[in-house]
Amino acid sequence: MSLDLATPTVSRVKTEPNTKTATSGAESPTAAIPMIEVENLDFYYGKSRALHSVTLKIPARKVTAFIGPSGCGKSTLLRCFNRMNDLIEGTRIGAGHIKIQGVDIYDPSVDVIALRRQVGMVFQKSNPFPKSIYQNISYGLELQGVKDKARLDAVVEKSLRGAALWEEVKDRLHTSALGLSGGQQQRLCIARAIAVEPAVILMDEPCSALDPIATSKVEELIQELKKQFTIVIVTHSMQQAGRCSDKTAFFYLGKLIEMDVTQKIFTKPAQQQTEDYITGRFG
Amino acid sequence: MSLYWEQHLQEIREQLLMMSSLVERNLGQCAKALIERDDVLADLVEEEDSEVDELEKRIDELVITYISTHGPMARDCRFLITASKISSELERIADQATTVARRARDLNKHPALKSLSNIPVMVEEVQEMLRQSIKAFVDRDTDLALEVIGRDKLVDSEYKETARDVESAIMSDPGTTGRELHLLTIAKALERAGDHATNIAEEVFYLYKGQDIRHVKLHSL
Repeated sequence: MSLDLATPTVSRVKTEPNTKTATSGAESPTAAIPMIEVENLDFYYGKSRALHSVTLKIPARKVTAFIGPSGCGKSTLLRCFNRMNDLIEGTRIGAGHIKIQGVDIYDPSVDVIALRRQVGMVFQKSNPFPKSIYQNISYGLELQGVKDKARLDAVVEKSLRGAALWEEVKDRLHTSALGLSGGQQQRLCIARAIAVEPAVILMDEPCSALDPIATSKVEELIQELKKQFTIVIVTHSMQQAGRCSDKTAFFYLGKLIEMDVTQKIFTKPAQQQTEDYITGRFG
Repeated sequence: MSLYWEQHLQEIREQLLMMSSLVERNLGQCAKALIERDDVLADLVEEEDSEVDELEKRIDELVITYISTHGPMARDCRFLITASKISSELERIADQATTVARRARDLNKHPALKSLSNIPVMVEEVQEMLRQSIKAFVDRDTDLALEVIGRDKLVDSEYKETARDVESAIMSDPGTTGRELHLLTIAKALERAGDHATNIAEEVFYLYKGQDIRHVKLHSL
């Protein structure tokens, strides 16, 4: 099977207009299409089973938050979406599969590099390259063989604008990215992720090292980004999950306990375990 | 499980129970002030109203502090919002008790009326509604909360009956008009107190079921 995740297969949803149906006022038809489908997924670190038969659907162009106590499997699942776990020795999928836009991303024929281009990731600690702000954005494209300076300039500006950073850095694009504040560095990482136009952006506790102002800017940015990208965010902040996400999934001991509309999860969750966790009674 | 912040929620619960018992007592005393023509009791009800007001402010302060500092979710969030609303309803019941006490004092200056119509029954009914709505809150008993809501119709019909009695009494003896109008005001205050007890029951239902049943017909639940 040939899977080119860099081209239309995954980005199909992203390029369709984000409009609501005129007659019903309901959500756009594309919004209902799951971007990611996880079916009965078991995941192992060596002999230790980290995920137990997880089944869920991540809607396209929405923000989905994963919550749960440390060790519950939420980051593990997140890293499954771009096969980052492949880099950890001894890990394996025991059963089940993950489909992105209908394509099984663990199929042997899948180009993992192309997958990671389409499923970008932002980490807990900002990790800009020790290069200029400009090069941090252009690097990915240059790796893809893009040499046209005008095109690179355009993508750098578009990505920095998309990450709400352009106004703050436009006069020092060629200075070191390491001179930026923590919040700016994190937004630069987001800009770097969106420069290659992924379909999905995974965020693993993207604000845990940021102050409230920087956090607020990233959260605001997430609301903008979801118009174009599907976002999955792992967070330990219940408030952040409540503010930012459209859907929330609660994990405990490697199992998906409950996934629902965020408002429902934080006001009247269906499962007692969810309620106990979000109200701080365990975990 | 005992958690350090649960003591704050417990404090709110305790303040609310203290407030409800004070209000319940005021309801009983204002009725006694009327029925037994006791001005001292009427004064006491009025004095204690400010204590109820202070408790309402205290509960709101605790609720706001908790929300600001703890970012409560789900049942804790519902509890805090409900606690604030219940304290507000209790404060209004206390205000109605004060109205009854003041009118009782006015009536006590004049010869007693031949009949207090349904007032004694109404007082008992409203007191019971208040007691049951608070019991529903304490026992997490949503069936009892629904029962309270159902009882409000009884208080409403007793009020209407009292209004008819007042009208007849005025027509048969116009000299009693002033006193009968005091009685009508008292009946209206009790009818309103019944509405507030109903509101408390609705809040209790929301607290434990997460379902807003305000402005919903009982039979549709």
